[in-house]
Amino acid sequence: MRAGHGFVAPYMVLLVAFGVVPTVYAIYFAFTDAGGAFVGLANFVAAAEDFRFVAAVGHVALYLVFWLVTLVVFVVGLALLLHRVTARPVSRALRLLYYVPGALAGAASVLVWLFMLDPAVSPAAFLLRAFGFDTFGQVVAPEHLPVLFTLMAFWTGAGGWIVVMYGALNNIPADLVEAARIDGAGAWQTARRVQIPLLRKWIVYMVILTFAGGTQLFVEPQLLSQASVGVAGRDYSLNQLSYDFAFQNDNVNTAATISVELLVLGLVVAGLFVARSRFFDAD
Amino acid sequence: MSDTYRRRATPFTSAVTALVLAVVTACGGGDTGSSTDGTLTVWVDATRMAAAKLYQKTHPSVPMKIVSYDGDANGSNYLQTKVSLFNRTREGWPDVVFSSQNNETTWAVDAGFTAPLNKGLLPRSLLDGWAEGANDPCTVDGTLYCLRNDLSQTVLWYDATLLKDWGYQVPATWEDYEALGKRVAAEHPGYLVGSAGDTFTPEIYLWAGRCGANQITGPKAVTVDATGPNCARMAALLDTLIRNRTLATSSVFSSDFGKNLAGRILMMPGPAWFGGALFQGTFKVPAGRIAVAPMPQWADDVTAGDEPAVGNVGGGTWLLSAHTANRDAAADFLTWVTTSDDYQGEEAPGYPAYGPAAKTWLANQASSGYYAGDIAPLRAAADQVWSGWGYGQFSQEAIWAATVTPGLNAGKSIVSLLPAWQEAIVNHARADGYEVKE
Repeated sequence: MRAGHGFVAPYMVLLVAFGVVPTVYAIYFAFTDAGGAFVGLANFVAAAEDFRFVAAVGHVALYLVFWLVTLVVFVVGLALLLHRVTARPVSRALRLLYYVPGALAGAASVLVWLFMLDPAVSPAAFLLRAFGFDTFGQVVAPEHLPVLFTLMAFWTGAGGWIVVMYGALNNIPADLVEAARIDGAGAWQTARRVQIPLLRKWIVYMVILTFAGGTQLFVEPQLLSQASVGVAGRDYSLNQLSYDFAFQNDNVNTAATISVELLVLGLVVAGLFVARSRFFDAD
Repeated sequence: MSDTYRRRATPFTSAVTALVLAVVTACGGGDTGSSTDGTLTVWVDATRMAAAKLYQKTHPSVPMKIVSYDGDANGSNYLQTKVSLFNRTREGWPDVVFSSQNNETTWAVDAGFTAPLNKGLLPRSLLDGWAEGANDPCTVDGTLYCLRNDLSQTVLWYDATLLKDWGYQVPATWEDYEALGKRVAAEHPGYLVGSAGDTFTPEIYLWAGRCGANQITGPKAVTVDATGPNCARMAALLDTLIRNRTLATSSVFSSDFGKNLAGRILMMPGPAWFGGALFQGTFKVPAGRIAVAPMPQWADDVTAGDEPAVGNVGGGTWLLSAHTANRDAAADFLTWVTTSDDYQGEEAPGYPAYGPAAKTWLANQASSGYYAGDIAPLRAAADQVWSGWGYGQFSQEAIWAATVTPGLNAGKSIVSLLPAWQEAIVNHARADGYEVKE
């Protein structure tokens, strides 16, 4: 018992210092003005009335739809395929290959993409030209951004999840899959009726974490904005708007309201998914 | 002249710089500020690094810490971000800072960061040496809060050899300029009379064309008329020349421009620093070809006898921290870096804002033999920057980039984008707490 406390203690210290205290600090900011006086919901109203707010909500929502659907479909699909690869060296090589992009730190992998998307320097320039894009400006047109951010996010984030799903698939008892096979189920039937239902908790877990991460979209548009000299991605996401409130409009209090809103949104969505999927039920 | 003078870094390098800065500041925070042990802390961008190092070399007895940052290029707000954090932690401010932007006083005065310079810190006689109006963006209610590093008045750059070979005249009016663009499109297709693909396009063309999109009338007041007649006729001119492809729509610093268009420039209206930074440094145009002419004017303004109007693209400023513990050393550095012939006259890549240094600089440029003909139009243009366009807290470059450039890339006309531009300026001004008149 005492040893347990010892193991948990360092985590608790970090959680309080870098999780709980900043959260409480943000909530305090969100309900006060620059002088520290309580102002109720005035900051929330100010943020919502800003001309960039509704647009940013739309951008993030569209990105989330693209990103979550792509992630669930491809991660589960690729993990199932990977699981069917019986040659061990091939399976190992593929797992490493999927994981490698995720090993690059977030911002560095976005920089790789900026390079990829400029037809003047990209190794995939022929592909971009085939789509009719001759300049970087055409590639980063506003209507392409949700797809571009999804591509970047998938490339950097999906590999890790594929490996996780692969591990989860390995945990499905072999006799279950065997029984399905004897009952006449093909690969598709086995996946649909046996494997995917048993992966449900893992998929829910992935969606919860990815949703929270996706609402906090920041690095991709911010670096794209720098790289395109402000043509694309400026004030694109809610977190960027929050950053601008804090450091350009010099209004930390309004900035904090957006953080609080994202926190509440993440908690509510996580709560819904956990309740609906009976995530914490013991097997 | 130095070829490292790139006010606008290429997209890729600026993103790398931003990333490196983010990492460096995350790891080394708190170690870059003013100290009480007499060490002078100076923040400069990559180009002004040479100035700080030269000062250190010629003043070995002054202990200095020189910190490199992005110079707030492209409205990055890095300095503002850091100062607002330093204001919270009550320490860490640098003693002297260079910024590539002219609008730092719009937030730095309220943030209590900049020290007043004309209230006993620097002598009146010295401050009188600056070019007329050069320090206007540094002045708030009669108090001077920063010093202008260089002027970035626009002129008409052209390739003297091509112009002569093809038998063209330098256009004196915008009408002539447009007509010449049409002739070039017909007679020498593929050649350029300018570029409209940069975030500073409005500062080159619309500012010089007396478009009232950015009339800063007070510390927190702006009049925005981006759809007025002068804006509309300049936008129509740009549209015509973009359609016939004599105006480029890629940034002059983009890899696309460097690869495909740099060798096809007949003329290009642009700031003083285009000469060294762009033609000599980036495009490596051989000596004896590039020449300078005055900016074109509207024909009816010439007839009416109005003073010529030119635009302005940047021209950095130096700020001295109000929190400095090394006032005298900081003031000495500030004076040296903005006025000395050693740096501004001999080494600086841009046109010095301090008059006597500008004289030396011009003489050096003329004797370098790089330019074809007289560069005197640069000097005349220094006093002709149209005062109807000001410096607000919101970045006109960022607004143009986000609202007009994507439309241009999608093939829309600038004329059709003017109402959206107007709306975006108004929105950003209001978000910064400006009282807006339309």
